[in-house]
Amino acid sequence: MVQTTVASAAQPYNYEIVRRFTIAALVWGVLGMLAGLYAALELSFPWLNLEIPELTFGRLRPVHTTLVIFGFGGSALFATSYYVVQRTCQARLASDTLASFTFWGWNAAVGLGALSYMLGITQSREYAEFEWPIDILITVVWVAYLYLYVATLRRRSQPHIYVANWFYVGFILATAILHVFNNLAIPVSLTKSYSLFSGVQDAMTQWWYGHNAVGFFLTAAFLGMMYYFVPKQAGRPVYSYRLSIIHFWALIFLYMWAGGHHLHWTALPDWTSTLAATFSVMLLLPSWGGMINGIMTLSGAWEKLRTDPVMLFLITGLSFYGMSTFEGPMMSLKSVNALSHYTDWTIGHVHSGALGWVAMITFGSFYHLVPRLWDTRLHSTRLVYVHFWLATIGIVLYITAMWVAGIGQGLMLRGFDEYGNLAYSFIETVRFLHWPYVVRAIGGAFFLAGVLVMVYNFAMTVAAARREAAALEAKLAAKLAARG
Amino acid sequence: MFRHEQIEINAGLLIALTLVVISVGGLVEIVPLFKIPSTVEAVPEVRPYTPLELRGRDIYQREGCFYCHSQMVRPLRDEWLRYGHYSLAAESRYDHPFLWGSKRTGPDLARVGGKYSNAWHVQHLIDPRSVVPESIMPAYPWLMERELDYGDIARRMAALRKAGVPYSLTEAEYRRNVERWGKAVADRLDIRRAEEALLAQAEAGNYDGDRRRLTEMDAIVAYLQALGTMVDFKKYGEAYFVQFR
Repeated sequence: MVQTTVASAAQPYNYEIVRRFTIAALVWGVLGMLAGLYAALELSFPWLNLEIPELTFGRLRPVHTTLVIFGFGGSALFATSYYVVQRTCQARLASDTLASFTFWGWNAAVGLGALSYMLGITQSREYAEFEWPIDILITVVWVAYLYLYVATLRRRSQPHIYVANWFYVGFILATAILHVFNNLAIPVSLTKSYSLFSGVQDAMTQWWYGHNAVGFFLTAAFLGMMYYFVPKQAGRPVYSYRLSIIHFWALIFLYMWAGGHHLHWTALPDWTSTLAATFSVMLLLPSWGGMINGIMTLSGAWEKLRTDPVMLFLITGLSFYGMSTFEGPMMSLKSVNALSHYTDWTIGHVHSGALGWVAMITFGSFYHLVPRLWDTRLHSTRLVYVHFWLATIGIVLYITAMWVAGIGQGLMLRGFDEYGNLAYSFIETVRFLHWPYVVRAIGGAFFLAGVLVMVYNFAMTVAAARREAAALEAKLAAKLAARG
Repeated sequence: MFRHEQIEINAGLLIALTLVVISVGGLVEIVPLFKIPSTVEAVPEVRPYTPLELRGRDIYQREGCFYCHSQMVRPLRDEWLRYGHYSLAAESRYDHPFLWGSKRTGPDLARVGGKYSNAWHVQHLIDPRSVVPESIMPAYPWLMERELDYGDIARRMAALRKAGVPYSLTEAEYRRNVERWGKAVADRLDIRRAEEALLAQAEAGNYDGDRRRLTEMDAIVAYLQALGTMVDFKKYGEAYFVQFR
């Protein structure tokens, strides 16, 4: 107890928890993208399933999505939110023990989840495959997170709660509600449960969750990240304070209505999916409000795009955010969805958001964060450029391949010959997908290579920081000895 | 006069307002689906899965089949020609969870039941490319090697009963099932005789083609052969289903 007080007094902020979550994000990111790359290769070359149950595509896909969304994305959000809330409130986290608990609890949930999917233990709910014991663990961790975040907000040393925190709070609250209601289930054993709801109601609940996992976990929270790191890196205030208010409330209100667009033309009643499509189109406005507010923060300092590669990551991330939030409403139109649904166009859309927006804004934030956390300078700026181009080329290859695959397959499946018969059998469309799938895997490999460059850069940075610290200490010790 | 600043300086207010704003959409769109009767079509012949089919469905979930195969035919001309009548909400009313899927890397399976022989399914699952050379589906040889574990079948059905599936646990429930679906079906939906019913169906159906063993293949083929076979669409005119849309 005494020791903690001394440590707190010496260090105004708890950076240790931020460092740990940053490292966790990097580890899960590499593993999750590796799983994704392997799954992509399985679709190109099916013999790679190797007849090993744990490695087949159906079991590896949730490993990939869980590790990148909750492992990489989740840990990045914990890291940055703990950093941002402390810096903007000028207060230390309310409890170091609780922060440590969220670290171990969250990482245990992610690791156990991935292992359980490989063993075939799953709820079969996309992005919520965790079986019920892990769901309970996540709930406990999340309550601790909410408590810790709010308790820290209350310790703030100035009256205003900075805008980044609104987004993080919205994300924490919405995720709690979504997680609890989507995972209601009747357990059979420790490893098996059946969903409480069935059929159409179950489908709507799941996609209400699924779409808002994107809306809050992968969007609102990363906007919180954007609202801190873009102005910081640019050295300028947020472009429009008024715009941030309007687009915050509009975004969190509208997103919750949009999930039904995942169920167009299904057995979901028309009124629900029409309503969902309407709100999806409206969602374009707050989405672009956020993008504009982020990008325009740079106005008057555009030359930073030429001189600062970190800025390049942040602004490219925002640009992809703008692109995929235009593509999303378009795909939510029933006529477009009739073609795009069930095809790889959806996969491409998700990845233009996940790689282009979520990952790019995270990389930019990490390049800003890591040197500050370890109190040193970044090992190499050139490697940041290398990473940027590997990532950008990877994304462009990925989403282009998926447009070709998705739109191509969609058109083939609805093709008729002059007698009104189907022009293609299903398997002919599968054959067509081969080359787009190969190109997609190459794009993914580029992206992963970029991440490895970043990890190397960070490892060298931290190693240098440790050397500097050791040298400094030795110097001090020598001085003291000389005096003594 | 209200000023946004009041929210920015009060964490409690920020949280309360956020909770209100994010709750509206879900409440308006989800709650009515439980309340409006026409959400699920009145098609009484749809029955719960038999014990053997249920174990097959568990395996279908375990292997993640739904990531590549949808079970939801849409009312579009090409899907009508390729798969048959569009899927009804009633057809998945006992699906806990729903397995409509979101991606078709392989074809839709909502109406695959009866489309191929048992022997075709067995061969296709063991080695997909031996029957469809261009298939990119993984091979599942272990389904034929593993004995089916049905020790907890009664517990599984009891859990589903709690979620609302009409598996019978009492004589009254059993009689109600006899009235709805006839004795043969009701016997298979009785939790008290679940193991018996499972073994009898496997024995009669011989889904994996090997009478000596009860394998996971038996269960999953039984499940696949049941998909989309419960509704006799000739009985209903198109106008009947449209009123529920």
